[in-house]
Amino acid sequence: MIAQFLPLFLGIPLSIFILCLLFPSTKEKLIASIAIWGTALQTILLLGYTIYWLTKARSVVDLKYFVFYKEADIEIFLDFYFDHITATFSLLGSFVTFLVLIFSKYYLHRDSGFKRFFSTVMLFFFAYNMTVFAGNFETLFIGWEFLGITSFLLISFYRDRYLPVKNSLKTISLYRLGDMCLILALWSTHHLWHKNITFLQLNNTEEVIKHIAEHPTAVTFLLLMLVVASVIKSGQFPFSSWVPRAMEGPTTSSAVFYGSLAIHIGAFLLLRTYTYWHPVALIQYVIISIGVLSALIASMIARVQSTVKTQIAYASVAQIGLIFIEIALGWHTLALVHCCGNALLRTYQLLVSPSVLGYKIHDQVFNFKPNNPKTSTPLSATWLNTMYMLSLKEWNMDMYLKKFLWMPFKKIGYLFSWMAHPIVMIAGFILLLPGFFLLRSTTLFNETVLSEIHILFAFIGMLFVLVAFTEKQNAIRGWLLIILSQSYVVLSIALLNDQYEYMEIALYVAGLLLAALLGILVLQQLKHKQTELHLNTFHGYLHEFPQHGFLFLIACLAFVGLPFTPTFIGLDLMYTHIDHEEYVLVSMITISFLVLELSVLRIYARLFLGPGKTKDTPIAYRSS
Amino acid sequence: MLSNTTFNLDRVLHDLKHYLPSQTPLKDFIHHNSLHAFQHMKFYDAIFKASEIFGYQATLPLDDFRKLYHIGRIREDILNRLLDEKFGKDNSELWKEKLLHHNYSTQQEPRINQLRAYWKKDRHIDLDNEVQPLLFRILSSYLDQGIAIHKFPLHEEGFLASIKLLESTSSSSFFKTKKVKQLLFEKSLTIEFLLERIVGNSNFYTQYLFDQQFSHRGWSGMVATLESRPDSLLDQRSISLQDLILFELLIELDVLTYRLGASFKPLCTTLELAPIDLFAPIVYSERHEVIKLWQDAFEWSYYDEMLAGIAKNITTKRTNTKEVKAHSFQALFCIDERECSLRTHVERTDTLAETFGCPGFFGVEFYFQAEHAKFYDKLCPAPVTPKYLIKEYNVSEKRKHDLFYSDKTHEMATGFLSALTFGFWAGFRLIKNLIQPKMAPAISNAFAHMNEQGKLTIENKHLDDIENGLQIGFTVSEMTQRVEALLRGIGLLSNFAPIIYVVAHGSSSANNPHHGAHDCGACSGRPGSVNARVFAAMANHHEVRNQLVERGIEIPEKTQFVGALHDTAADEIEFYDVADLNSENRTRHQQNEITFDKALDLNAKERSRRFASIDTKADLKTIRKAIKDRSVSLFEPRPELGHGTNTLCIVGSRQLSKGVFLDRRAFLNSYNVETDREGKFLTGVMAPLGPVCGGINLEYYFSRVDNYKLGAGTKLPHNVVGLFGVANSSDGDLRPGLPWQMIEVHDPVRLLIIVEHFPDVILKAIQSTPAMYEWYINEWVHLISINPDTHAMCYFKEGEFIPYQPIAKVVHAYRDVFTLIEESKEMETNHIVHATQENLPVYLYEEA
Repeated sequence: MIAQFLPLFLGIPLSIFILCLLFPSTKEKLIASIAIWGTALQTILLLGYTIYWLTKARSVVDLKYFVFYKEADIEIFLDFYFDHITATFSLLGSFVTFLVLIFSKYYLHRDSGFKRFFSTVMLFFFAYNMTVFAGNFETLFIGWEFLGITSFLLISFYRDRYLPVKNSLKTISLYRLGDMCLILALWSTHHLWHKNITFLQLNNTEEVIKHIAEHPTAVTFLLLMLVVASVIKSGQFPFSSWVPRAMEGPTTSSAVFYGSLAIHIGAFLLLRTYTYWHPVALIQYVIISIGVLSALIASMIARVQSTVKTQIAYASVAQIGLIFIEIALGWHTLALVHCCGNALLRTYQLLVSPSVLGYKIHDQVFNFKPNNPKTSTPLSATWLNTMYMLSLKEWNMDMYLKKFLWMPFKKIGYLFSWMAHPIVMIAGFILLLPGFFLLRSTTLFNETVLSEIHILFAFIGMLFVLVAFTEKQNAIRGWLLIILSQSYVVLSIALLNDQYEYMEIALYVAGLLLAALLGILVLQQLKHKQTELHLNTFHGYLHEFPQHGFLFLIACLAFVGLPFTPTFIGLDLMYTHIDHEEYVLVSMITISFLVLELSVLRIYARLFLGPGKTKDTPIAYRSS
Repeated sequence: MLSNTTFNLDRVLHDLKHYLPSQTPLKDFIHHNSLHAFQHMKFYDAIFKASEIFGYQATLPLDDFRKLYHIGRIREDILNRLLDEKFGKDNSELWKEKLLHHNYSTQQEPRINQLRAYWKKDRHIDLDNEVQPLLFRILSSYLDQGIAIHKFPLHEEGFLASIKLLESTSSSSFFKTKKVKQLLFEKSLTIEFLLERIVGNSNFYTQYLFDQQFSHRGWSGMVATLESRPDSLLDQRSISLQDLILFELLIELDVLTYRLGASFKPLCTTLELAPIDLFAPIVYSERHEVIKLWQDAFEWSYYDEMLAGIAKNITTKRTNTKEVKAHSFQALFCIDERECSLRTHVERTDTLAETFGCPGFFGVEFYFQAEHAKFYDKLCPAPVTPKYLIKEYNVSEKRKHDLFYSDKTHEMATGFLSALTFGFWAGFRLIKNLIQPKMAPAISNAFAHMNEQGKLTIENKHLDDIENGLQIGFTVSEMTQRVEALLRGIGLLSNFAPIIYVVAHGSSSANNPHHGAHDCGACSGRPGSVNARVFAAMANHHEVRNQLVERGIEIPEKTQFVGALHDTAADEIEFYDVADLNSENRTRHQQNEITFDKALDLNAKERSRRFASIDTKADLKTIRKAIKDRSVSLFEPRPELGHGTNTLCIVGSRQLSKGVFLDRRAFLNSYNVETDREGKFLTGVMAPLGPVCGGINLEYYFSRVDNYKLGAGTKLPHNVVGLFGVANSSDGDLRPGLPWQMIEVHDPVRLLIIVEHFPDVILKAIQSTPAMYEWYINEWVHLISINPDTHAMCYFKEGEFIPYQPIAKVVHAYRDVFTLIEESKEMETNHIVHATQENLPVYLYEEA
């Protein structure tokens, strides 16, 4: 009975979000009141629920809420879950959001993005709750994806400047990498358990241990993916450099996202899946090592920061490193308390960060001590200065990520840039036809040929999207390349499976097609307006064509399968159709999906974000 | 032209320093003309040129002018008159059509950064992206005043020496290539050598360096400022623009070598371009003319109404003036336009009170050292260098700390403990501040500048009492000289009231790195409490009084001066040394305190109409509390609106403006022409008007018209850098100028200075120094003279005074200003069309 209330805690945030969207942006007070009272209601109900739960049940509450899709052994459904971890995180989330919203009501007064801010924060709030109330990986993934996209929107809140846009792309790229890890984990669990596992079932220690013993390597891989997803989301080593750069939005959004809630979600995922990974010693060691490294390195970096927000960011990352260790050691109560304390402390510190100037200067007037270099041995000076310089350069994390993670993709893209030639593209579209033919008549070929063909298709799909990723000349061409790539990917998976259900492909393609068409439509219209559509710089067309921008964003999000279109379920299903030995295929398709979102958002950002070029209005400096 | 000249590094450095922003570290905020580098030119020539070189938007957009015209904010009669005067009646229709409807083509690309853009266009290298984040981080770490815990290892010889020290003792390096790193240590390394390697053609060096330094004008400006004024940092650093350029070129060379190989071709050896002379004359277009006309029309729409109001005010006054024989008290305020409303309310509350305005350091210039402070604060206008020191002593109160700002919370182990303890306390603190904002150690408190209970070393005990080259306190004759100068300047030479208040001002605000910009501009961006107290003590000094009598100023023995500080954000007032009053005056003071308190209530009400969160019709005490809460609320980005909307400066008797609703837009400087018919003191009175009032006005003007480039942008994402500046996020350039929240209500119009004196006397006064004359002849401010005898108005144009007749006919009269305030519309958005509707027209009100 008590389980029936769980959907309420998602319904409230979602309703607030929709209500906020309904009112015009001049109705500041109304929008703010809806958001504030809504979160207040959520906090009170949650508190009541938690107290009731503590006195009555105290055991895990689970609710299988809504089945999206069902066939043979595949069942995709929303599942909600409530235990002490959910209680802690959801209470922390609604309390912090509530306070920060009150703060923002005054702080953002008369900002031109007032409504945008409130509605995005409410969408974030929904996503956060979706994540912490999730009872299975699918549900968690929905929340996880929305967290990423709302982060992107809030980092690029001041979208008419260069740096916010650049940094939002940087952050979303890493987030996307985490998403793909989660998708891979999802894919593996499905194949390993032969069903869509819920977190409740993971509490069955016996079965989990048995399951691990059956597939030691595969499970280790899966768990590693979960760890990587957590590490990225919590900005742990070596993925920390996005955290300070994400502080581009208003101070209040930085406080709620990177000070407290979003950044602790990685720790949440580890807590949630603890029963799953705990039996594997290797994973424990990995988590502890990452925690130790992050705590040490991030606090060294925090020590040399000369700007207040970056200092808080790294200090927070260091504490989360400690939290990772606590989780791995099984000290979960401490970890939960630590999460809350750290979240509240950093939120507060970020919110009052502008005061630092007045406070510390005043302090300096009275307590100044000249900076006397300590007389130290040359050896310790070398050690100190080496650490200083390494920390100032953030241990080159940014450089290595660029060099070893993103550059290889770009290099392949450049290498195959001839594929963007119109003739090749037309050929690409034509070649799709025999593909469909193959699909209809799979019996004509024997299995080995078929499996080679589908690998080939996946490969072509991957190449097209990598080329799209590096496309610079023309946004329409870039968009077409992406469509082409997706067609190949879909075909590849479709070919693979002899008992392929058309329903699934239809689900996926339906969403995709609509999004693709919408995208083309918007781009064509822009072209008619005689605007430049090359992707060498940011154009900032949002200023001139706000509606086009909005529609294109919707198209992009639908295209990448954000969970408000059928594409999402299709995506999920497609993965379940990839056999669990198909490592080559799955890695190529995962790379395709990873780069797909980046290419799509890149086109959006280059066209619509950044400094505009309309005459007669002030334009921001690039360096500002 | 440029190609024939050889590259001269010293000249380029000199020019760069001239054109870069000159804002000092934020702890001292001194308003100045953002385009000070162009002040030798006429206003319009300057802004159009600056716009073409640097891409600044120098006026409102054309569309906005048109919208302002349609809502009537730019008056049709004014526009017609301007067009008639300029083009004759026959052509004016044609021009009006152009002004209203003609489409003008987009501005061309600015001249700056044309050359350096070729790195991207030609070599596909985003040099700014690869160089700037590292460069900014190194600069901010080197200059950091106390944010970092592990500090930059300093070398006493300055920036480059420190970099060398770090590079030579560290196993890691800022450089990616060994070759370039070795260059750093070469003794013979010069900027020219690096330019040769990077640019390759000496004809382009100047342009390249301008491009480079203006790609991050905030940082370069800060370095240039610190080079010329190292004392503007408490923890001083030695750095020069030359160091910065050399180091930046080295990093550029490093990136280029790394990306393009050691033998890459310099930029200008592969390009077929001619160098651009950045400062060549610009070609004027019709668009310039149109913009100019609109701006003039916008300005005169307000000026004309104001002048009509003043003219009508004078005629009404002439018929019914009662001379007040005995004043209940007199009060000197700063000329600051935020005090203009308080003065009105004091006069209305107590009709026997008289108020005066003069620059808020009250003519006493000195450094101030608070007890236990390790540094001196300069308390006088920025260009003045004082020779005196005032020290505070006998302070028993201890300064409070706030653990949330402790470095310890950022370390690993102590951070762990902090999270488990303070973390939860932080939650409570936040709720408390949301519900009940209160003064706290981290909030800049205007009243904390000086301790009320402390004592000051005002009188010099012995001429040898010298500390760091500064004389401690003033001698009696030095005091007399200052008191006399001030009293003669404002014309207060007889009819002294029993108490004369000297009211300085300051501003409290929370969570505001720009708090200095709200303090007193005449006290170098600090509260003027010490000045008020020092002046009062001087004027009360027995010996000084005696010497004043010798000089013809006889202040009755029973008259006493009292220093005070008005907090312009919180609308609170604090009086100093009240215990020294004689018993009669103490009773009077108690009465006057009630007057001040009531006036502050009314002042708060007048201010409240611009704050959306306060109901202007609410009960006075409720409004007053809401106003006070703003100044201590962490979430309030507008504790007050500062100098927003300033447009006027009136030098003359209070009778000119008393009765006109000035809407807190006027700097009021008292000056009595009757005691100074030859204008002996006028030069002294007018000297600070350009730099102080004009500087404030123009900084607001430019931050308003181009908040992106000349202002600091919205303050919501600001990140405090090294305790000396703000930037957006972690990799951004420093943002000099004013943030959006301070300028959104400001109408970008130039200052109109109205002086009550004869045109020829004024002309002589403003021509006394070229620097002063530049403000007027180059039209950076407007000037009107009002003849003290005939009250005729003359407008200063092209070096002479021409008669001016206001054309506004109706000036509304209101019996009660508060109905007006309560009824006035609140702006819908902060777009200029809405924002300017909130700026009320000129009204006359009847004096009670």
